[in-house]
Amino acid sequence: MVANRILLALKTRRDERRAGRNAAMPLVPAASISGRALVTVIAIMTFLAGLTAGAAQLVASASSDWRSSVATEITIQVRPVTGRAVDQDVNRAASLARATDGVDAVRVYTREESERLLEPWLGTGLAFDELPIPRLIVVKLKDGQTADLAGLRKALGDQVRNAVLDDHRVWVQRLATMAHSIVVLALAVLALVLVATSLAVAFATQGAMAGNRDIIEVLHFVGASDGYIADEFQGHFLRLGLKGGALGGGAAAIFFILAQMGAGAWTATPGGDQIEALFGSFVLGIPGYLAVLGVAVAVALLTGLVSRGTVSRTLRTIS
Amino acid sequence: MVRFENVGLRYGMGSEILRDLTFTIEPRSFQFLTGPSGAGKTTLLRLILLSMRPTRGLIGLFGHDVLRLDKDTLTGLRRRMGVVFQDFRLLDHLTLYENVALPLRVQGRDEGSYRSEVVELLRWVGLGDRMHAFPPVLSGGEKQRAAIARALIVKPDLLLADEPTGNVDPTLARRLLRLFMELNKLGTAIVIATHDIALMDQHDDARRLVLGEGRLHIYE
Repeated sequence: MVANRILLALKTRRDERRAGRNAAMPLVPAASISGRALVTVIAIMTFLAGLTAGAAQLVASASSDWRSSVATEITIQVRPVTGRAVDQDVNRAASLARATDGVDAVRVYTREESERLLEPWLGTGLAFDELPIPRLIVVKLKDGQTADLAGLRKALGDQVRNAVLDDHRVWVQRLATMAHSIVVLALAVLALVLVATSLAVAFATQGAMAGNRDIIEVLHFVGASDGYIADEFQGHFLRLGLKGGALGGGAAAIFFILAQMGAGAWTATPGGDQIEALFGSFVLGIPGYLAVLGVAVAVALLTGLVSRGTVSRTLRTIS
Repeated sequence: MVRFENVGLRYGMGSEILRDLTFTIEPRSFQFLTGPSGAGKTTLLRLILLSMRPTRGLIGLFGHDVLRLDKDTLTGLRRRMGVVFQDFRLLDHLTLYENVALPLRVQGRDEGSYRSEVVELLRWVGLGDRMHAFPPVLSGGEKQRAAIARALIVKPDLLLADEPTGNVDPTLARRLLRLFMELNKLGTAIVIATHDIALMDQHDDARRLVLGEGRLHIYE
């Protein structure tokens, strides 16, 4: 009798332990939701969104570099003119530049240095003496101070007529406008990708709810609140969103790492230079990777929120 | 506890399937709801469960007018009721233990606080050895008992059971009826929808609500 009681007590404790192990089983069966397909869609969307965000960050960063370079450097070009001593004109222009407010340093390119700049196009061994090669003066401007470029341009026009002040502004403004357009376009693409992801999640949630309508009805009858049921669905979709976001975001980050390595190997080729002009050195940097991470997290959160919203709306129609 | 006044129900533009139902279910009362197939027994239970709304008349539940219920109150009222469905409505992906524990789990209770309660109840209905099994591998009688255990676990104020002995042998049916009667003595009002005259005869004192041609006849 006592032995039977002890056996029963042991059996009860064993059953309770076993029961406890299963307590966390989700109320919405994972198999009833086309989870793998949704994770794939979310991963692809996150990858595209991550690429877009990273590219926008690269272009924005390059554009910022261009703008800062125009703000700190200008060039004076002195063309040789028959009857004038070009060296004197160069020295005069350099003096005018040094005397201008906001100028930090002036560097005069020697004749040899100017010739060397042409070597990549004309080759070596040519008699440069016979060519009217312009001389260059690079003027560095002080940071955070507006230089009197209008005054310098006027002084050069008055005193060294064969000198031309080039502040690169037109070119850089064009490039900056282009870069700005690319960033705006990237943000628009990002928004479209997020909207498409939301719609995919909403459809998947509606499908999951239709497939689990019996379960939802039973949950209602046993006293589950709408919030509790929404939590069950939201938790499930948030997990799918996190998985898809991690896969897509990780793939985008790997893409940028590979692109950086590829760009390094491509340096000093015409194509590489072109890409470098647009995207800089293709180094995404911490802000870029944070942007990709932010997109992945945003997609995961969006997935959870959209599924909750869809569930809540649907539950309102079920009593 | 439950009050129906001139309640009628029709589907779409069809004729009324339930007409002028006026009755009350008092606390601690015991009643059988009976009538021929298709008389509307399950529909009447669904009206009490608030999964359907009447097309006319008034329904009061635990002192609330059901037409003016908000969602939170509705959830609160359902937590005071236990229900046994004719088709059991067990969740196939959960074990019997998890199915029976479901009403407590959705209330947000800690699993440790009800584990022994659930195990004990499963033992009581003869499913102690099947608590880790999943519903698809169980017999109809086992599912029936699990559904009853799920309804009883919250010690409801009102228990609604739709043909609760339809899939069990007479011996188990008697045992389940005794269980309902014990629960009734502990304070739960019971409504059992059944065709089983033999079952009703075992509890002569119970009130009988007989549905026929959409109307309700009460035999005290």
